[in-house]
Amino acid sequence: MKSGSNLERILESGQFAVTAEAGPPKGTSSKVVQRKGELLKFCCDALNVTDNQTAIVRMSSLSGCVLLKELGVEPILQMVVRDRNRLALQSDILGAAALGIGNMLCLSGDHQKFGNHPTAKGVYDIDSIQFIRMVKEMRDEHKFLNGEEISGDVPLFIGAAANPFADPFEFRVTRLAKKIRAGADFIQTQGIFDMSKFAEWMKGVRDRGLHKKTYILAGLIPIKSVGMARYMRNNVSGLDVPQDVVDRMANSKDPKAEGVKICLETIEQLKEIEGIQGIHIMAVAWEDIVPRLVAQAGLMPRPIV
Amino acid sequence: MITVEQKKIEEINTMTKDYSCLLVLGCEMCAAISFAGGKRQVAELAAAIRLSRKGSGEEGEVFEESVARQCEPEFIDLVKDKVADCDAVLSLACGAGVQLMAERFSDKVLLPGCNTTFLGVTEELGVWSERCVGCGSCVLDKTAGLCPIARCSKQLLNGPCGGSMKGKCEISKDVDCVWQLIIDRLSRVNQLDKLEEIFPVKDWTPAGHGGPRKLVREDLKS
Repeated sequence: MKSGSNLERILESGQFAVTAEAGPPKGTSSKVVQRKGELLKFCCDALNVTDNQTAIVRMSSLSGCVLLKELGVEPILQMVVRDRNRLALQSDILGAAALGIGNMLCLSGDHQKFGNHPTAKGVYDIDSIQFIRMVKEMRDEHKFLNGEEISGDVPLFIGAAANPFADPFEFRVTRLAKKIRAGADFIQTQGIFDMSKFAEWMKGVRDRGLHKKTYILAGLIPIKSVGMARYMRNNVSGLDVPQDVVDRMANSKDPKAEGVKICLETIEQLKEIEGIQGIHIMAVAWEDIVPRLVAQAGLMPRPIV
Repeated sequence: MITVEQKKIEEINTMTKDYSCLLVLGCEMCAAISFAGGKRQVAELAAAIRLSRKGSGEEGEVFEESVARQCEPEFIDLVKDKVADCDAVLSLACGAGVQLMAERFSDKVLLPGCNTTFLGVTEELGVWSERCVGCGSCVLDKTAGLCPIARCSKQLLNGPCGGSMKGKCEISKDVDCVWQLIIDRLSRVNQLDKLEEIFPVKDWTPAGHGGPRKLVREDLKS
């Protein structure tokens, strides 16, 4: 076991994992995080706490993780290299280990230009792949990036992101291979709307045997309205929302129900794809739908291992 | 080349208004190639300042001069008499030129007439773009001759990130994803295997994060 986290144990036991996102508030209310934790604790195996998502300042991921942990909910600490250099990243990792956080997700982060401080200086001291490798060496070799010894253990289950829908498509499997080689124990993908493209990417993943070297959790974004579908298609970096999804939402009398239906259909298709070990639900501003989605997808109750 | 861009006349007027005798000093290297600080731009800017002063009823004289390179002591020494005669110098050189002038003429007010933008190339007349950040440790042999430090918005050494779409960077449809360009070029020269390597973390010391940089060539020193 890398960290012995609930997520790792479930994946290790070969069961289909469910994670979801619990974004911290643009403020100081611990209740916002606690409410999401209470809502999602019985339908998810672990919850991602985002790190200044879309470059908008929010409560820190580490504090959100602690708030969830106090409720008995397992957190996944998201960390981006946009806002921290190698010193800050490593010190927060030590803190996370000390606080008993067992999972993390290593990301580049959306560019600061998208956020609410677009004139900020981006850090980008190291990139996401170097970050993954750094955490792995902290954990496995007890070494800081400079080679110095770390006192104590750093038991972290290391996650990374993959976006099969970004370009160049042919490189996307190579990039996953690099992340795995760097040390990614599990992968959470970008939200999937274009199933044929995703299936093609997964075929490339299987052809290189990568699905046997990491656990792949397929990303889902439940859509609430046609406006949201259009917004994501036009404005969200790295997302590919095909026209037929937009049309389905536009033509539906009950867009929320249609959004749920699209999501459930996607989950059914994902279950059939060899190499998918779970799902990751990013229900931004629609967390309430997650318990219903998980239940209707036949993924309740969550396993206890 | 170092590209520079002339500041807006309003900013220049605000900066220079307290100095009745002003020397507008051009630089015939990069600033001239940037069409921002050559002889012609010196004349145009001096005329514009005179006009503004006339309009607001201010007095004083605006002189024009130009040197080959404001970044070299021997060239700026040629204008020392003109500098001595004025209250302030408005330099149209890059930041390096402005500073060498300030060091050389320590009792004179030195003002920047340009913003130094980047190390770049001329794409076409009137269009320049960045190519180099002077990181002090060139990696172009590994990246098909295209620099991810200067041209990737996140300075990724193991790119592209998940925001690369149709050859463009996530920050703007007007910005090429340099990692797409790198991959295209590696493909053309049959070196796609280079993408499998994990680029180690970068030492940013020679890039300026180790403090201000200095280059000493003992073999050239007299």
